[in-house]
Amino acid sequence: MASTETTPVQDAGSVEAGLDALETTTTGRPPLRETLVDKVLPPVAAIAVVLVVWYILYPVVDDPSKLPSPGAVGSAFRDAWLRGELLGYIWTSVSRGLLGFAFALVIGTPLGLLVARVKFVRAAIGPILSGLQSLPSVAWVPPAVIWLGLNNSMMYAVILLGAVPSIANGLVSGVDQVPPLFLRAGRTMGATGAKGVWYVTLPASLPGYVAGLKQGWAFSWRSLMAAEIIAQFPDLGVGLGQLLENGRTASDMAMVFEAILLILFVGIAIDLLIFSPLERWVLRSRGLLVKS
Amino acid sequence: MATTLAKADESVEFAARLEHVSKSFATPGGQQLVLDDISIDVAPGEFVTLLGASGCGKSTLLNLVAGLDRPSAGSITTDGRPALMFQEHALFPWLTAGKNIELALKLRGVPKPERRGKAEELLELVRLKGAHGKRVHELSGGMRQRVAMARALAQESNMLLMDEPFAALDAITRDVLHDELTRIWAETGLSVLFVTHNVREAVRLAQRVVLLSSRPGRIAREWRVDLPQPRRIEDAPVAELSLEITDVLRGEIRRHGQH
Ligand SMILES: Nc1ncnc2c1ncn2[C@@H]1O[C@H](COP(=O)(O)OP(=O)(O)O)[C@@H](O)[C@H]1O
Ligand SMILES: [Mg+2]
Repeated sequence: MASTETTPVQDAGSVEAGLDALETTTTGRPPLRETLVDKVLPPVAAIAVVLVVWYILYPVVDDPSKLPSPGAVGSAFRDAWLRGELLGYIWTSVSRGLLGFAFALVIGTPLGLLVARVKFVRAAIGPILSGLQSLPSVAWVPPAVIWLGLNNSMMYAVILLGAVPSIANGLVSGVDQVPPLFLRAGRTMGATGAKGVWYVTLPASLPGYVAGLKQGWAFSWRSLMAAEIIAQFPDLGVGLGQLLENGRTASDMAMVFEAILLILFVGIAIDLLIFSPLERWVLRSRGLLVKS
Repeated sequence: MATTLAKADESVEFAARLEHVSKSFATPGGQQLVLDDISIDVAPGEFVTLLGASGCGKSTLLNLVAGLDRPSAGSITTDGRPALMFQEHALFPWLTAGKNIELALKLRGVPKPERRGKAEELLELVRLKGAHGKRVHELSGGMRQRVAMARALAQESNMLLMDEPFAALDAITRDVLHDELTRIWAETGLSVLFVTHNVREAVRLAQRVVLLSSRPGRIAREWRVDLPQPRRIEDAPVAELSLEITDVLRGEIRRHGQH
């Protein structure tokens, strides 16, 4: 069968270099101008529309105890700022929220891993964990007050009950979505057991986990506001929820609006500053962030 | 009944030895026999292709040799743990090309200061110098398979198992990768067990072609390919032998149409 008819092989390397150059796509960040036009302009326009509607509606309603003027709400902000209390309100709530979230992270992560990996645990508490996600966490405030009293630990308990299920469930769905091919590839390289979890399963499940963190933060923040509105006690200090409740008892609609806007903006700001960049970084580095 | 590793002190005259290996899977319709009485020896440094129609049990067999699954009967002995390459690159997208290779080195116990240099060397071997920091999604299909090859080589196994690694690539790229694989095989002295359903690819690469029949997978025939490397897939002797093998393969497949 041997033959001398074989033709000499050309230099494969140079052909390959050409193929590589032809097929490689480089993905980078979009330019700043594009980001401004695509991402920043639309929300700014939406806020402007809301303000315009507010200005038009205010004289129509003509009742400052129902709808305060934008100016009145503005001066509520300014007065709180000048009294030096504005940052205090924000810090009281944000520090509580982030600390509670950190606890939730420490509890929810191993819990999620346990549910994802141990069949018995999954069958036992998996459904409860998903069910808890749909239970409004405000329902936990009365029992938490009775068990723990009116103090900070009660606030943390409510945050935990709100955020832990989201974080754990996020990790569970992340682990469930790990392609079996990655696990097999890891095993042939010797990543079995704990090494497999550390080097393959956990990094592969990061997108689902980060989505869970994002939702966990939203739930933390909501739970905390519910707890602050319901549980009033002088020693607790004034957070944004208390500010809202104070506005209601004083029938000060401008203060109520101030508090609602602050709650909204702080929640969004934490998401925009921490969780969205984290999520985008995870997706972008894996080529999962396709520009539409 | 077992997958065992050859002891280090006994002189190894084979890279992998399969003795009367059978594999069946439990299916709703009962036990399905997928592989039946397969015996193959792969000599150290030998390049064997395993050829068969889709669904004949090629991947199942490679998984057994890789130790990812256990045979139902028979025994498999390998000289150390073989490295395995899949049809999909199976590179980890959360790591760069270089870090994928470094992970394989780390899992093998290579100390940290040496990993970077070794990874660079392996990338150079697959002609991807400078691709260390590239993300997997930034690479073309052919480049991904070359990184996957470098990662498999990083395991420093004596044997490389390849499960249709080029099947998803376009013909031009596949052709170039055949040249690369032949070159790397010659440079490293690895034993290769290469699975494919492509007859010409099997002949282009191998020293020995083993044809598997389907349902259940049995060894139908074997051919030695005594053509000098490097070959080209268009070479007349390659085409001639491919024709002969294709006829036998078609005969095997035809049997399933008649009852
Ligand atoms: N885990 C499994 N359980 C049941 N059947 C399987 C399993 N893996 C493979 N099979 C069956 O074994 C046969 C051979 O599969 P495979 O080895 O993937 O073939 P090939 O790689 O040659 O295309 C197929 O009919 C497939 O359905
Ligand atoms: Mg297959």
